[in-house]
Amino acid sequence: MRPEPSKTAPLEITVLVSVGRHPLTGRGRRADQDARGVELARALPAPEVRLLHAGALDGGSEAALRGYLGMGFDALTLLEQPEGADVLPALADALSEASPQLVITGERAEQGEGSGLLPYLLAEWLGWPVVNGLAEVEDVQDGVATLLQALPRGQRRRLKVRLPAIVTVDGAAPAPRQSAYGPARRGTLEAVPGPVSLDGDWESWQVQPARKRPKRLKIVKAASARDRFKAAAAKAEGGGGQVLTDVTPEQGAEAILKLLKEEGVLR
Amino acid sequence: MLDTLLPILIFAALAVAVIGAGRRVRLWRQGRPARVALLQGLAAMPRRYLVDLHHVVGRDKVMSNTHVATAGGFVAAAVLMILVHGLGLAEGVLGWLLLAASGCMFVGSLFVARRRRNPPARLSRGPWMRLPKSLMAFSLGVFAVTLPSVGLLPEGFLEGSGGWLLALVLAAVVTWGLGEMVFGMTWGGPMKHAFAGALHLAFHRRPERFGGGRSTGLKALDLDDPEAPLGVEKPADFTWNQLLGFDACVQCGRCEAMCPAFAAGQPLNPKKLIQDMVVGMAGGSDAAYAGSPYPGKPVGEHQGSPHGPIVARDGKALVDAETLWSCTTCRACVEECPMMIEHVDAIVDMRRFLTLEHGNTPNKGAEVLDNLIATDNPGGFDPGARMHWAADLELPLMADRGAAEVLLWLGDGAYDMRNQRTLRALVKVLRAAGVDFAVLGNEERDSGDVARRLGDEATFQSLAKRNIATLARYRFARIVTCDPHSFHVLGNEYGELGGDYEVRHHSTYIAELFEAGRLHFKPWKGGGVTYHDPCYLGRYNGEYEAPRNVLKALGIEVAEMERSGFRSRCCGGGGGAPITDIPGERRIPDMRMNDVRETGAELVAVGCPQCTAMLEGVVDGGAEVRDIAELVADALAEAPQATGGGATQTQRPQAVEVV
Repeated sequence: MRPEPSKTAPLEITVLVSVGRHPLTGRGRRADQDARGVELARALPAPEVRLLHAGALDGGSEAALRGYLGMGFDALTLLEQPEGADVLPALADALSEASPQLVITGERAEQGEGSGLLPYLLAEWLGWPVVNGLAEVEDVQDGVATLLQALPRGQRRRLKVRLPAIVTVDGAAPAPRQSAYGPARRGTLEAVPGPVSLDGDWESWQVQPARKRPKRLKIVKAASARDRFKAAAAKAEGGGGQVLTDVTPEQGAEAILKLLKEEGVLR
Repeated sequence: MLDTLLPILIFAALAVAVIGAGRRVRLWRQGRPARVALLQGLAAMPRRYLVDLHHVVGRDKVMSNTHVATAGGFVAAAVLMILVHGLGLAEGVLGWLLLAASGCMFVGSLFVARRRRNPPARLSRGPWMRLPKSLMAFSLGVFAVTLPSVGLLPEGFLEGSGGWLLALVLAAVVTWGLGEMVFGMTWGGPMKHAFAGALHLAFHRRPERFGGGRSTGLKALDLDDPEAPLGVEKPADFTWNQLLGFDACVQCGRCEAMCPAFAAGQPLNPKKLIQDMVVGMAGGSDAAYAGSPYPGKPVGEHQGSPHGPIVARDGKALVDAETLWSCTTCRACVEECPMMIEHVDAIVDMRRFLTLEHGNTPNKGAEVLDNLIATDNPGGFDPGARMHWAADLELPLMADRGAAEVLLWLGDGAYDMRNQRTLRALVKVLRAAGVDFAVLGNEERDSGDVARRLGDEATFQSLAKRNIATLARYRFARIVTCDPHSFHVLGNEYGELGGDYEVRHHSTYIAELFEAGRLHFKPWKGGGVTYHDPCYLGRYNGEYEAPRNVLKALGIEVAEMERSGFRSRCCGGGGGAPITDIPGERRIPDMRMNDVRETGAELVAVGCPQCTAMLEGVVDGGAEVRDIAELVADALAEAPQATGGGATQTQRPQAVEVV
């Protein structure tokens, strides 16, 4: 790690980590996106990373949480919550108390409610901006972070956001480092008391593992290998564009010119 | 004058040697404690040296005889010299014996000198090049100073001015010899191998290897003790007898000549690795090393200390991580080492630290380990899909049967389409022989072989303990598997964790079935066949004969490759090497298929899913790769009619073989 000039205070980051679930076997594990979030945090210059988990601690979840410790952490802060509790107030409390500059989290949990709404509700609660689907945090300077957001088909969008902020990590972010057994075993889970708000609705819900819905096979009728290749490599139909109706030819031509300039065909 | 000078010289050299020995012992004792039967080991040492070690050295007859003459001559000459010149007991037969011993040593040293005139690349140079001269100095010097003692030269020969000069010259020569042979032995000269080697044999970490035994299973880490270190970070983390073993290295380079990774230009040389451990144990840089370097890594850029890291997290330390990850754990170096040093143990010890503490298993290593943790197989396949390949075979499940004579262990090859063909063939053979067998089905997990060789002892033990618990629920006489890696782990490594089983490789079991008359084969009609010994079947488990017997029973005459049997060259598929995939100049399986091509065989018989995958992956391999089970399944014939008897049977090749 290169030495940082003393004028910059370490960047305080909190990564919200959850207990994941392996898609094939259903075993507890590091949640993939959360682990990518940890990796993202570790890659920043001079980070002070804190891991935060809100949930129940039992045999299965402990092994999964220790998976995060195995990425090179001494401790993980644990807000103990019974199963089915609404973790939002506890997390919001803990975050406003610790007041980190950056909160990193996955897009959605791999089990439980998994609605993907937590980052947005937290942001609303704390009054912070939220940026979703990050591939990279490029730079943090003077309280402003330059972020790279992942868009479909490998496209990227560069954004600037004033800290503190909440960001969520896309599957396009760098793969997490290996979790090592030694640090995972040595690290401590520091339980911190926090408010517990039980979710009444959850009680009445029936929970079952999500299953992938069957997908209709794409039947390609192609005469030649070239056609088959084209069909396989075809770009998905884009949802963008606009439909112009009832416009004058001049307006139509202007719209086309504008598009060509936007796309860089005309300069 | 010599009468007064010689005792002084001799006892001074001995005293300095004793001080050196003390210093050397202190170096070894930096290591962790190890439980060794000290007295028993010392008592067994002469036998281990004269029988077991010379069994290995004897593979090269010329060098073996050279060593017997030189070392035998030296030991005898040294003892007699102390008696004759040190204590002045020249009367009678002792002096003559000393003449004979030093003469014998001199003859040996002539052969050592011949060896050193144009030494092969595997031999280290540097101080080793002066060794034949030192041997000659000692033997000639002792011979010459003994001549007057036995009366072959007149007592007054060395008096007078000319005699004085001669005496001085002789004293100088003897001093040189004593310096190399006695002082150098404990102060780090080439003769160190004799001192450290003798003690290494006495305190070997695998005493079972001596007396014709075999000990190849890796030793388990204690994971229950949170204070116990996870693998080896620094040289002092080795056990003291491992450090002693490294110090015993005679730098003959036989390991280097056999190492598949070295031959492939990957950055590993077993000899250099052991020397690096010696450098680390004593502290310093590897600049003085005078043998072949790790391919692509110049000598002199690495250094270490007993309590410094062996592999740095970033930058350079004693050894680079890719050196450790190049090893295929084929054990060719261990098999070849005349000092019986345990290279593979050391490499896995260091890998354990890299994986368990650094979390730094290269390339696909981390992914494979994650898969093993989450899905119990390295490919990350659905554990519920393990038996899909056998959907139409109606294999009896242990869960339904509870007991069977044979438990057929499928291994992770059950997910591999190539190995599924082997498995189907094996099932066909077992059914043809009417074997009462059953499989674990989806209850089976990876044996833990890959996890363990990648250094992830925690995942290995987790898999092993769950497998042992599953196996404990069923009754069976033996386990049969077509995967030598599972065979080795189940048979040799589960025992330490509480699982003792009788395990057979399918070739062994098929050979037994054939001998019992339960299998009958059609005569072989194909072309030339050669056989590739899997490391984990041959060197790890000593099974060289059964596969060849099966091939013979099929009527196949095996055209042996130059490197076969205990010297078989690895396919490159062991030890997680295809997963860590360290680049080299060549690929190991390509070299092996070249070996196959040299025999002119059209088909290479194998007995291991890894070997099959590696050898079949060779572009333009030339020879077809088939598992022994497939060859047997293809040759299955109905049992001959009992009344058809003798006349027809004698024409069948299998009838000839039943003796």
